[in-house]
Amino acid sequence: MTLQSSQGAAPRPRRNGVGRSWGWWDGWTVGALVIAGLAVLPILAVILIAFTPGDDIWSHLASTVLPGYIVTTLELMAGVGAGTLLIGVSAAWLVTMCRFPGRRIFEWAMLLPMAMPAYVIAYVYTDLLEFAGPLQAMLREMFGWSSKRDYWFPEIRSTGGAMAMLTLVLYPYVYLLARAAFLEQSVGVLEASRSLGRGPWRSFFTVALPMARPGIVIGISFALMETLNDFGTVDFFAVNTFTQGIFDVWMNMNNIAGAAQLATVLLLFVAVIVLSERYARRKQRFHNTTSKYQPLPAYRLRGGIALLATGFCTVVVTLGFLLPTFVLLAYARQYFDPVLALEISAHAANSVQLSALAGVIAMLVAIVVAYSVRIKGGPLLRAVGRMAGFGYAVPGAVLAVGVMVTLGQVDNRLDGFMRDSFGISTGLLFSGTIAAVTFGYLVRFLALSLGTVEAGLGKITPSMDGASRNLGRGALATMYRVHLPLMRGSVLTAVLLVFVDCMKELPMTIILRPFNFQTLATFVHQYASDEQLGEAALAALSIVAVGILPVIILSLVIARSRPGAGAAMGGDH
Amino acid sequence: MQGLHIHGIHHAYGETAVLENVSLTVPAGELVCLLGPSGCGKTTLLRVAAGLEKLQTGSITIDDTVVAEPGLELPPEERKIGFMFQDYALFPHLTIRENVSFGLFRQSKRAAHERAMEMLHQVGLDHYAEDFPHTLSGGQQQRVALARALAPAPRLLLLDEPFSGLDTNMRARIRDETLNMLKQTNVATLMVTHDPREAMYMSDRIKVMGANGQVLQSGRPVDIYYKPVDEYVARLFGPVNVIQGSVCQGGLETSFGRYPADEIGDGGDMRVLIRLEGVSLHNGAATPGDAPVEVLSAHLLGDSSIVHIRFKEGANQGLEIRARVHGSFDPTESGEVWARVDPRCVFQYAGTPS
Repeated sequence: MTLQSSQGAAPRPRRNGVGRSWGWWDGWTVGALVIAGLAVLPILAVILIAFTPGDDIWSHLASTVLPGYIVTTLELMAGVGAGTLLIGVSAAWLVTMCRFPGRRIFEWAMLLPMAMPAYVIAYVYTDLLEFAGPLQAMLREMFGWSSKRDYWFPEIRSTGGAMAMLTLVLYPYVYLLARAAFLEQSVGVLEASRSLGRGPWRSFFTVALPMARPGIVIGISFALMETLNDFGTVDFFAVNTFTQGIFDVWMNMNNIAGAAQLATVLLLFVAVIVLSERYARRKQRFHNTTSKYQPLPAYRLRGGIALLATGFCTVVVTLGFLLPTFVLLAYARQYFDPVLALEISAHAANSVQLSALAGVIAMLVAIVVAYSVRIKGGPLLRAVGRMAGFGYAVPGAVLAVGVMVTLGQVDNRLDGFMRDSFGISTGLLFSGTIAAVTFGYLVRFLALSLGTVEAGLGKITPSMDGASRNLGRGALATMYRVHLPLMRGSVLTAVLLVFVDCMKELPMTIILRPFNFQTLATFVHQYASDEQLGEAALAALSIVAVGILPVIILSLVIARSRPGAGAAMGGDH
Repeated sequence: MQGLHIHGIHHAYGETAVLENVSLTVPAGELVCLLGPSGCGKTTLLRVAAGLEKLQTGSITIDDTVVAEPGLELPPEERKIGFMFQDYALFPHLTIRENVSFGLFRQSKRAAHERAMEMLHQVGLDHYAEDFPHTLSGGQQQRVALARALAPAPRLLLLDEPFSGLDTNMRARIRDETLNMLKQTNVATLMVTHDPREAMYMSDRIKVMGANGQVLQSGRPVDIYYKPVDEYVARLFGPVNVIQGSVCQGGLETSFGRYPADEIGDGGDMRVLIRLEGVSLHNGAATPGDAPVEVLSAHLLGDSSIVHIRFKEGANQGLEIRARVHGSFDPTESGEVWARVDPRCVFQYAGTPS
């Protein structure tokens, strides 16, 4: 692009023009490269450690626990995949294409379970459904059973139970993307199908569903990534998945290399999911063939069918959100204790500060990356942009191992250097500090803010920059007068999304937090694992309350989205 | 010299050249059109002129001031050039009035307000001053974009496919309004379009560009329409009939008469192009040069008809060609039908079609 040098003309005094500002943009490129490098560092560290020869635990793992981890993880993924597919797609179809009582409420209410961390719902249902819980007690009372031998009741703390819990809170991903896909479909193709003699049901299975397939695959991919990321539920249910195994090897066997090796195998699972997601995204582009949109048809459901539709949606939202919230509320009242509340508020302050810090930094970092991609463009920077968001696919436990290893290395090198040069020992500067937790959060959630900022920036067409410049405003004035006001919403959303996910985050926080440092999530985990759900209820409710914020934003987007506009936020999750 | 002067611009994206040695002049008060297929670098030329794209070779002068040459790039905000984008690029977060006064920040608030309102009045949108762009129709948005570009009284106005976003009916009206406004402000205007009719209608002069970013022909619309330099330019302005043959004794014999071919030797291929509107039909008495034809069919388009005819005799006996005639044409009327060609609508080129 810099052809100026090739001209060989005598250098003239250059006006404060495009030429110089290009030099300045190069700062953006360097910034983006550094950020992307830092973002993939923990992942690379995990792989590197895994392949570093050391005390050979691998053969031991491979011959003992590994097959179990693989089978259990696959089972869990299959169960959650099928469950979210069934619930998410049915709900999306009913709510977008059919008319039945309560539809307008369910349109957003189906998203509510998103606010519920899987581990919270797991604690609640265990409390309700275990042998000593109210449901079984009631059944025993009613039928006069006295012991466990007298009757059969499904064991909630099992692989099946974990599937159910994860499905109940993860189906909204599929719902969101399937709904967006249905909305984007041209009504024309459905009408064509009807005019060719296919009824509504056959049209659904032969036209609407295949066309929405890429969106559905993306939704399921997100749900499966979250499944692999989950630690709280599988730990509590003692379901031996990879994440659980990594914790076991790391915390109990104290073996870093083993944990890294397990983490690397888990990364293979992730890679498969990410690849299928990318593939679906590529196909998605070809699936929107028309720019003409008409109002969607409304199949008016009647009588029993309408009742079934309302009932289905009600049951799903009740199980995924209303019932657990109700139980937590009841516990929070029953177990309210000012001293405990004070302790919880201290943990809440920790959570809020940490999450806000990560949210703001992630937003700033995302702006740097998104702007360098926009300004400089090119395949390198686009690749960098994708790299920076890669952490979102990687389970928290894997990232935690990576961050731990990376920061440990940095600390050791720094300490060694300082001792050799100045005779001062710096000790562990980063490991086990707030900085470590924040770094972990950033690596994992940068994709959220990046996606949001990029989407916001995408709405500002390059012509708008040009128009502003031609009307006499410089580059900075353009950023201030055109970009900033147009970006404000996306920037706030970016901060909020990261903030909320950090508030809920459990596995990384447990591994990376400073000694004796509690957040709401770790507090809930600790108490609920000790079967003290009552004491943890208030903290759990606080997490759920914060989790509602993005649900509200998504609902607003959905309310505003018309056919053709789609639910744009869907892609950010 | 007042106006825009572009000299010797080359431009390439990587290996692909999009502009090749383009030079042009737009005097104050004139409207010059760049006409060419999409992707031929027209828009790039506008962007280079506006300073939105870095100049690679050549120079750009506006009102005797060099704004770009190798080693010197005046940033876009200092060039005093108005640019109207194909997608209008209205700022969605600003009202119509704020959009129009966006470039007037060097004036006092009051002066800027008055100027913006004056511009909006000129385009007939003063009632929408406090509305936001998304509430306007496409045609209204186009007029806001024009008012915004003209508000700072630029030395030069660049229009990038200014009417492509409008439907056919509205296009004609908005085109007229825009032309009026430009003539009133007397600003030098460089416009890009791929629509030959639009170019002819709007411009004082046209530059026809080829697919590789080279200028094929420039001149007044009437020159280009009646004296196209090659077959490509000729076909740009509408369908033509082609009569193909070998040169014999220094010319090509057709049913309309003989066309000399001085440059082509005997036996060489020659093509005679006749614009559809250059063929007229009548059933009166024949004059020399008229060819008797058989009418095959007639299709009414409204203001004109396309008539398919077949030569009855002469060198092209049996050949079918088309004619565009005014109004409707009734093929059932009895009597001999004669075809006559307007010599201004006949072009001769050497060679066979590629």
